[in-house]
Order: sequence, then structure tokens, then C-alpha cells
Amino acid sequence: MATERLAIIATKGTLDMAYPPLILASTAASLGIETAVFFTFYGLNIIHKKRMHELKIAPIGNPAMPMAFPPSMQNTVTNVISSLFPGPPQIMGIIPGMTDLMSYMMKKTIKEHGVADIPELLEACKEAEVKLIPCQMTMELFGYKYEDLIDGLEAPAGAATFINYVLEADKPMIIFV
Amino acid sequence: MATITPDKTLDASGLNCPLPVLKTKKAMEELQSGQVLEVITTDPGAKADIPAFCNRTGHQLLETVEEGGKIIFYLRKK
Repeated sequence: MATERLAIIATKGTLDMAYPPLILASTAASLGIETAVFFTFYGLNIIHKKRMHELKIAPIGNPAMPMAFPPSMQNTVTNVISSLFPGPPQIMGIIPGMTDLMSYMMKKTIKEHGVADIPELLEACKEAEVKLIPCQMTMELFGYKYEDLIDGLEAPAGAATFINYVLEADKPMIIFV
Repeated sequence: MATITPDKTLDASGLNCPLPVLKTKKAMEELQSGQVLEVITTDPGAKADIPAFCNRTGHQLLETVEEGGKIIFYLRKK
């Protein structure tokens, strides 16, 4: 049988950018496809024991962010705010604490909509036997030790190892996030 | 109303992408070949995702029932 391999490269460490690689990986593996995620640069934070719980969403530099309130916070006032502003005004992003507030609101919205959180998705990936590979070079660059990262990872690897792993398959696919 | 009697029921109500598919895969592992799994979901995305899951994995989608905001799937394990 021809082997299919999906390799996803996770390079971003914000809450919103942690979702796509983990959703795609856990789903692909559940569909019976051999799947690996290579965590490099800020993507390493997604599998960092401590930092994975502190992933944030940045209102500044993110003009696409909608002014969405968690269902439990929707009332006359928040509905008026949502209808007046397409998103949080960019200038608000520079106010100290705004990134934390927006991250809190996003996490609340995620929870209330029945969307999995990041630790849950990582568990789902491990259960579905997704290979989670940390990038050796960026670990050294950031001073992250293997024991700083979550359990159940593959050995840290470099670009050549990863490319070789992908291209060994008859049908290789790569997604860059 | 569906006329199929499932061997196992998975209630994935209130869960969103990708959880219904992940939980369906896990529930399928507990069944024997030929047995039927009932999956109850409220995620509109599941309408396309569960058939795609069946298409990839070879399980047979016997029936899809929509009632009162719920989408219920009957899957026969390959």
C-alpha cells in the first residue's frame, strides 16, 4: 500500500496560530494518515510545559480580529459595541494589559463554544499517534531544554531529518503554518 | 426517525471541529467489524466532516438524520 504522510510545520506561538496545526494533525491522524508536526521558532511555545498555558492573542497588528464577546458576556451594551466596531481599534492594542484581556476573552469564547483547548488538542494528537518533533536549532536559540517541553515528543530534529522523513513516503504532503 | 439500532452511541453534542471526528474515531475503535455506531452532534461542520471521515477510513455511513438542531449519523464499522 502506498504510504501517505502529512507533515505540518508550526512556526507561530500565538493562541490563534496554535490551533490550525493541532486541529489538522489530530484530524489527519484520525483519518488514518501518518502525521507529524515540526515545531520551530515560536511554534515551540505550543509544546513548552509552562508557556503552552500562556499563549496569547495579539490585538495589535491584527486588524482582522472581530469584536466578538463570549456568549455569556453578550448583553445590550456589548451588542452595541459589537455593532459599532468591526474589531478592537488598533490603538487599544498598545494599552498595557490589553493583550491579556483579549486573550482571556478569546479563551472564554473558545470554551463556551465547545472548542477544544490547546492541552486537549495536544493530548488528542498524542492519542492519535501524531509525531511531535521539536526543532533542535530553535531549542538552542531560545535556551529551551528537552525537559522544558511536554512529555511524549520525538527526539529533537533538524531540517534534513524532517525533509527526509516526509519524502520517504509515496505521497508526501507539507503544510506550513 | 431512524430505524437502525446502534450497538453504541456517542453524544458529541455541543462540541465543535475537530472534536466530533476525533471522538468518533476513538469510539469506532471499541466496536467490532459490522457493528453500528450512532453519533449525535450539533456541529454544522460535522455534516460534511463525518462523511469525509467515512470516505477516508472505509467505514460505511448508513444514514444521516437531522432533527431539532441535532445531526445524527449511523456508521457501520468496516
